[in-house]
Amino acid sequence: MEKSSDIELRLLIEAIYLKYSYDFRDYSGASVKRRVAHALRQFDCATISALQERVLHDPAAFMQLLQFLTIPVSEMFRDPSHFLAIRQEVVPLLKTYPSIKIWIAGCSTGEEVYSMAILLREEGLLERTIIYATDINPASLDKAKQGIFSLENVRAYTANYQQAGGQRSFADYYTAAYDYAIFDKTLRENVTFADHSLATDSVFSETQLISCRNVLIYFNKKLQDRAFGLFHESLCHRGFLVLGSKETLDFSAYSKQFEPLVKQERIYRKL
Amino acid sequence: MNQAAASPAQVRGIEAIVIGASAGGVEALLTVFAQLPADFGLPIITVLHLPDERRSQLAEVFDRRVAMPVVEARDKEVLKPGTLYFAGPGYHLSVEHDRSLSLSQEDRVHHSRPAIDFLFESAADAYGTGLLAILLTGANQDGARGLAHVKQQGGTTVVQEPTEARVAVMPRAALALHTPDHILTLSRIGSLLASLEYSPC
Repeated sequence: MEKSSDIELRLLIEAIYLKYSYDFRDYSGASVKRRVAHALRQFDCATISALQERVLHDPAAFMQLLQFLTIPVSEMFRDPSHFLAIRQEVVPLLKTYPSIKIWIAGCSTGEEVYSMAILLREEGLLERTIIYATDINPASLDKAKQGIFSLENVRAYTANYQQAGGQRSFADYYTAAYDYAIFDKTLRENVTFADHSLATDSVFSETQLISCRNVLIYFNKKLQDRAFGLFHESLCHRGFLVLGSKETLDFSAYSKQFEPLVKQERIYRKL
Repeated sequence: MNQAAASPAQVRGIEAIVIGASAGGVEALLTVFAQLPADFGLPIITVLHLPDERRSQLAEVFDRRVAMPVVEARDKEVLKPGTLYFAGPGYHLSVEHDRSLSLSQEDRVHHSRPAIDFLFESAADAYGTGLLAILLTGANQDGARGLAHVKQQGGTTVVQEPTEARVAVMPRAALALHTPDHILTLSRIGSLLASLEYSPC
């Protein structure tokens, strides 16, 4: 017999989908369960059913809950060796394209976007690149658009930037104001931030490179395959797919349709 | 439900084993796993806390010294019997209802990612009475809540005898929260595991 709390959790996820079209039905269950439990404490709700009632009748409460359901953990030049590999192995091939489209799927608060833009500028590619930065969380997208990060974090990103093969001083890219680093707005001149769900939306453009890092771990296998399907459809012939350091195509239905370019760094090419 | 005094030999129907350890854990785990045969029949999933900056080579280190196959846990991998899984650094490790593994990057728990609590709780939800959870030496409180949840879901719980533990904080924190089925020394934990594969499931 299914436990009451498991039934309530499924009903909450279903209610969110029916009411707000946010689809968490194929997210990995263990993590969703923990995040809802965490939200229960913050909302001071005794049961998931009580939380469901609030969320169904109050869109503002849903937007609050969404902040718990998504996990905005990110940093700039996270896994520096990954960005170094992009610079050394992918950039020379990208340079052969007259114009480049890049999709950063699940861009969260924008750290990956600015990292990629800085790398492309240093390689002389930013001017002829369009970056689509998408996420399901409007609050994260707003933050990404602003490009303002805590100075304390940015100091930590500086080491990442250098290890990732950065060619300048990281401080060239931002202005410090009080405790914040305001990033150079020309970095995002060619960036389009957009609301897009890998669970419910379709492909919107042909791309040469897709970066989707530490997003797919929150999906079950079925939803991962949906996302890989979108990426496969969007990428041009021999386009690049880059994943998080612990994410893999190995267990996916699409494993045969990509080949590793730098396996250790999770850089793949469409076959 | 087993009584605290029950003999380990009575543990039956175990389908999976989860183990948590922190400070002093490498040595403790080696002692426990030394007794396992190469054809051990159950999956074992382990969270051992390590400082993040140390790129984890745990699976490789243990693979050289443990008879059964040892691997680092990978996202969406379906658990196989007779395999010892280690959580890699920087990600929480969970067991899903379909008995596959998943990784996540939620906040640290007791300053740790991976957290023992998350592994234990999710594995208890997946395996219920078929889970055996073992908490060993450590200098923080991780695992205590998870172990209590395992017990609530009908699983079997074991805490390392605190007087024997290199650092007793973690076993004692667990004992303060709930009474486990067994409090055992490392060598008896090893014998308990070795006896399991002959249990009818």
